[in-house]
Amino acid sequence: MTMTWADHQAAAREDAARIAVAQIDPGNPDYFENDTAAHYFARLRRDSPVHFVDSPLHGPYWSVTRYQDIMAVDTNHAVFSSQPGITIADPPQGQGLQMFIAMDPPKHDVQRKAVSPIVAPANLAGFQDLIRERTCRVLDSLPRGETFDWVEKVSIELTTLMLATLFDFPLDDRHLLPFWSDVATDVPELNPASPRTREQRSEELHKMLAYFTQLWNERVNAPPRGDLVSMLAHGEATRNMGPLELLGNLVLLIVGGNDTTRNSMTGGLLALHRNPAEWAKLRAQPELVENMVSEIVRWQTPLAHMRRTALADIEVGGQQIRKGDKVVMWYLSGNRDESVIAEADKFIIDRPRARQHLAFGFGIHRCVGNRLAELQLKILWEEIQKRFPVIEVVGEPVHVRSPFVRGFRHLPVRIPA
Amino acid sequence: MPSIHFISHDGTRRTVQAEEGQSLMRTAVDNNVPGIDGDCGGQCACGTCHVYIGAPWSDHLGEVGDNEDGMLEFTDCRQASSRLACQIRITPALDGLEVGLPEGQH
Repeated sequence: MTMTWADHQAAAREDAARIAVAQIDPGNPDYFENDTAAHYFARLRRDSPVHFVDSPLHGPYWSVTRYQDIMAVDTNHAVFSSQPGITIADPPQGQGLQMFIAMDPPKHDVQRKAVSPIVAPANLAGFQDLIRERTCRVLDSLPRGETFDWVEKVSIELTTLMLATLFDFPLDDRHLLPFWSDVATDVPELNPASPRTREQRSEELHKMLAYFTQLWNERVNAPPRGDLVSMLAHGEATRNMGPLELLGNLVLLIVGGNDTTRNSMTGGLLALHRNPAEWAKLRAQPELVENMVSEIVRWQTPLAHMRRTALADIEVGGQQIRKGDKVVMWYLSGNRDESVIAEADKFIIDRPRARQHLAFGFGIHRCVGNRLAELQLKILWEEIQKRFPVIEVVGEPVHVRSPFVRGFRHLPVRIPA
Repeated sequence: MPSIHFISHDGTRRTVQAEEGQSLMRTAVDNNVPGIDGDCGGQCACGTCHVYIGAPWSDHLGEVGDNEDGMLEFTDCRQASSRLACQIRITPALDGLEVGLPEGQH
């Protein structure tokens, strides 16, 4: 018998209440495949908010589960380093890709300051019409009166088009963007199901560098334009970037804008489907779309955690963390912390202070593309509202089996003819 | 209650009666002044309450703190007059304060 989403929730609620708290390993991929992590996090916030476990999968690590403790860690970059990596799984040695998300000051600051203006709201204003045009085209081409996969036909398609637009990437090759994102984030040593070896991964990344180097060379020799590659090629702080640095920054922009926005596009639809009163609210007051976008990002928390490594002994939430310890900030848990967010377990599209969530992080590493993500989601929901009074979710979602990327592989839907 | 003047990037002026002891960010947000977001709720952790305060008013503010400076470094169009509104407390000395708003928060 296949368990439904509701079955999984009921079983997990019971297990999370009964299990000895010391045994809880919140990074268990089962909890993410079944979308049941919330129950274990609620238990931890209550009984072990800064929680140590020696995980058979992840090794020894600390989980920070309350909003304010997460904020304290996220803003203390002097003690909590983003090197060598920012996921619960350690990156392999010498993987070659340098992304500023996994760097500390001073190098982090130099890189971020170079890239940040490129995705600043003033710069993005020029993309709005193009984003809207592409969104309209995708929505207008959706099948009516038959079941299709929202993830494939909307979330992946739109996010890919968006990335291609921002890079002014040849549209016919745009499938390479999510492909390279997957290659960059899929580390064969850590993923037994990886379709490629370490050597194959390295080869693909070389091809990516070659492709972008060619684009770079075209753009650097042409007058400056509004796309991200041209901006990097002409930018004072970025035009002399070495190839590994260039690749690292490009990968970060692609990865950063890939799974995350994609999964918020799917998550928002599912949230409205499961909360029909909120959908009715949206139809009655379409101007709520901007606030709803923030609530969708909180609700989905597309990156469930970010990881740090302690550079010194330090106390957090009454617990003694030692130098060298792995410390995981569970944004997904902090975003359900009722001591900070009223009715945190409810999806409320007009909630006040909707922007005060952890999904983009806080401090010097706060998501540099956050306004771009919100812009895409806002345009998507504006255009959906103009077209589709009803979108039916007709089957169970299939979740990504990852404690990092909180996402969907499939969501079967149907738009009435 | 001190009067605070918020001047948008496009020149629109909005005057607000502020509560002493509140942060400048909270004053803006509670009075629905567009252009200041304060995503982190005032914990100097997001840089989305970026404002411009020039002389002579800048003399009446505290010094830019280390954390504030760190976050200001990542704002768009940082100027010498840049401050984070969540780090500024309303006092009687700020009656008539002129606060410039950036084109957007990031």
